[in-house]
Amino acid sequence: MATPSAVARPAPRRRPVRTRRNTELALVLAAVLVAVLGYIEVGVNMDGTVPSGAGGYGAALGVLALLAHGVVRWKAPYADPLLLPIAILLNGVGLVVIYRLDRANTRSEAAPTQLLWSTLGVALFIAVVLFLRDHKRLQRYAYIGALVALVLLALPVLFPPVYGSRIWITIGPLSFQPGEFAKILLAVFFAAYLAVHRDALALTGRRIWRVRLPVGRVLAPVLLIWAAFVGVLVLETDLGTSLLFFGLFVVMLYVATARSGWIAIGLLLAAVGAVGVGWLSPHVHGRVTDWLDPLGSIAAGRGANQIAQSLFAFAWGGLLGTGLGNGHSILIGFAAKSDFILATIGEELGLTGLIALFLLYALLVSRGFRTGIALTDPFGRLLAIGLAAIVGIQVFVVAGGVLDLIPLTGMTLPFIAQGGSSVVTNWVIVALLVRMSDVARRPLPVPEES
Amino acid sequence: MARGGRTAPPAGAPQGAAGISTTGRRAGTILLIVALAAQATRVQVFQADRLNHNAANQRLTIERYSQPRGNILVGAETVTGSAPTGGRYDYERTYTDGPLYAPVTGYSSQTYGNTQLEGTEDDVLSGTDPRLAGWALWDAIARKQSPGGDVYTTIDRAAQQAAMKGLGNQKGAVAAIEPATGRILALASTPSYDPGSFAGSATADQQAWDKLRADTNQPLLNRALRQIYPPGSTFKVVTAAASLAEGVVTDIGAPTGAPYPYIMPGTTTPLVNDTSACNRAGLSLDAAMVYSCNSVLGYLGVQVGLEKMVSTAEAFGFNDAKLDIPVRAARSNFDTAMNPSQVALSSIGQFDTAATPLVMAMVAAGVANGGTVMYPQLVDRLTRSDGTSVQVMHPATYGQAVSPQVAAQVRQLMTDVVEKGTGTNARIRGATVGGKTGTAQQGVDNTGTPYAWFISWAAPAGSTGVPPVAVAVVIADSNATDVTGGGLAAPIARSVMQAVLGG
Repeated sequence: MATPSAVARPAPRRRPVRTRRNTELALVLAAVLVAVLGYIEVGVNMDGTVPSGAGGYGAALGVLALLAHGVVRWKAPYADPLLLPIAILLNGVGLVVIYRLDRANTRSEAAPTQLLWSTLGVALFIAVVLFLRDHKRLQRYAYIGALVALVLLALPVLFPPVYGSRIWITIGPLSFQPGEFAKILLAVFFAAYLAVHRDALALTGRRIWRVRLPVGRVLAPVLLIWAAFVGVLVLETDLGTSLLFFGLFVVMLYVATARSGWIAIGLLLAAVGAVGVGWLSPHVHGRVTDWLDPLGSIAAGRGANQIAQSLFAFAWGGLLGTGLGNGHSILIGFAAKSDFILATIGEELGLTGLIALFLLYALLVSRGFRTGIALTDPFGRLLAIGLAAIVGIQVFVVAGGVLDLIPLTGMTLPFIAQGGSSVVTNWVIVALLVRMSDVARRPLPVPEES
Repeated sequence: MARGGRTAPPAGAPQGAAGISTTGRRAGTILLIVALAAQATRVQVFQADRLNHNAANQRLTIERYSQPRGNILVGAETVTGSAPTGGRYDYERTYTDGPLYAPVTGYSSQTYGNTQLEGTEDDVLSGTDPRLAGWALWDAIARKQSPGGDVYTTIDRAAQQAAMKGLGNQKGAVAAIEPATGRILALASTPSYDPGSFAGSATADQQAWDKLRADTNQPLLNRALRQIYPPGSTFKVVTAAASLAEGVVTDIGAPTGAPYPYIMPGTTTPLVNDTSACNRAGLSLDAAMVYSCNSVLGYLGVQVGLEKMVSTAEAFGFNDAKLDIPVRAARSNFDTAMNPSQVALSSIGQFDTAATPLVMAMVAAGVANGGTVMYPQLVDRLTRSDGTSVQVMHPATYGQAVSPQVAAQVRQLMTDVVEKGTGTNARIRGATVGGKTGTAQQGVDNTGTPYAWFISWAAPAGSTGVPPVAVAVVIADSNATDVTGGGLAAPIARSVMQAVLGG
């Protein structure tokens, strides 16, 4: 798959370097504007008036956006100008939809909390951009990070299960999902390990048919760590995160070794694992049944399940949607703000809004990939691609689940779904990508060619 | 998406490492997003209609009750309304004089659906009918909901009240028609019910519904439209019309040649009469109608023959399984394959002959309208909420049952029944009334309470125009000791006709 190009490149360094910071500023302001207009639309559609908090909401989001932009302008002037605006737009739209869902249920007050978490997320973003001068420093803490991640993941076993899954740590009024933070640490670990051992992985070992299997000595630690993660997650019945970690592992292995055989093996392992877990766990078995026949529970007289309600919401949205605030998302049930938030977007913004959203995510992921390609250090390349892959896989798993494309596994839509740990984690991912893209796009000190 | 460019790792990077090509990576991302977009399109476009109409999907119902429903009107007066509920469904149907108009309006219940006019005109009332929209295509795209339209009925308030009051506590039904147009003036069925009692989705609504469903008197049954009864002697009007039309009888005052006793063809059984006045040979058609003689009309029916009896009955509305006014009426029956003795019995409204009160009203109206039966219609016009019409009713001919000359002779027969026969209870001062009584036996060995029938029409005295009202009354169950059409049903018909003539 490697394509070492022998073609001479058209000397991009001859042009004056454009940092694109003003483009980013314009996009950031546009993103804030879109979110504020969405907020106003909810108020107009639900009450007939502009909501009283529109000014405050717009100001809060605007200040966060401008602070983040200012820090990027100051500390990472060559960063990719699309990453931050996309994050602001996704986060803003998420806040609007959560606010709208709050309105459907008088007892719900999730939007202010989400704004608080978003603030924390942006604060961490700023901190990373400010203080992480070189992403390669992360490589040193890879093993400690993996250990911390494992502990974080194991902790929820000590806490009571929520909706059948032990993935939450609840301290007083605060609750968070340690698995969310763990995924960054795991990506760092994989990147660091694979960057060191990629040659051994790619070039040694026995060849079976067209796939070259690496020697056990090299692969074993990775497999061990990975198995520990998945084991813990299976114990917690958090299928979504297991799937995410597995997908991340396969993608990074593939990127590190450039051997497409890993994808095949990964898919095979995933299939075997899915069938096995589906067989053994009644929880998962039920989800597979619902996936294959989402309307089956209606025929059986048990009423519409969540997937059916989700499909009803999407269908009602049609091409253009009902408009924010005009849908019937209350019918979706308790997970409307987290796992099933996409159904409300599909109902109220329609297929048009949904595909726009998918394109935003695709843009974010492809910008992450691009950052990875542009970087020269193996660790950075792997990390950037891994982080982007986390976002991509997570979107696919959650959107595919609520759209009945794949079985539902229960994950949060990055930046949009309610959930503090998720928002904070995704802001850190974007911060790392911004940091790395600054390095990737920074002009080399070589003054000129030829 | 990223444009091409930095496909190759810069010099100095380890070759072969992280060498996944841009195209490959992009393909991965694109593949996932295409899969998601394709599935979203499948659900939101191709499966949308099926999902929207799934019974477990509450959205259509919520949308339906999100705005006040259009109204059903009697004259200029609304007999329905909408009240805000404060629940998941914003509005709930209300009824003024619910039991009085229930046989006309039917019900619109959040839980149990829509019937009668509430059902057939639901698109207009709920605002989904495309004719209500100002800019249909744009409104469909913008999902603008039209306000509900109104349904103006042909019902005459006074006639409806007279019909329901006349029926009172008895089990029965009334159908009244304007003969020249087919406009339905009254449609009554007792016992009635209050459609407002179960319009909502609360426990009380469910209890009211369960109680109505459990009631052995079937209050939810619209007896005027949906129930068929043996018409008994009222059917003799059809037989008399067929006899005159086929030339079996040419002079209603001349002897018919009917024997007495009349032994039904192919049997040894005589067709017996209820009155001794009938028990002689050679009675005229007029006398036979005045005394309601089974032997004479049975004989005449056989002389007319099965084929002509069937075609005449069908011209009046029998054997029509799709009689929509626009609410569908049950099919009234006159058998098409019978032996002569069965034809004799059928000709006096027995054997398998059975009719809805609506069709018997069509018989009386057809006779009154010079033999032309008009299609019965319950809706005068449909309007938008601002009052502009989207559809106006035009009178439509159902069929030419008999010639105007024959119709005039049958009218004379019916007038004589009221003047000097079994129908004297229907006489109205200052009006010409024609009618026919009927008392149909029922139950095993006729042990059940008989059905008391009366069909009639009335015109102001001296009028040469088409009588303004024709009516059919059936009492299916009464506490009265002497159950006859003349005794029980005729007074109700009279009060309905009076109500129309007086207005």
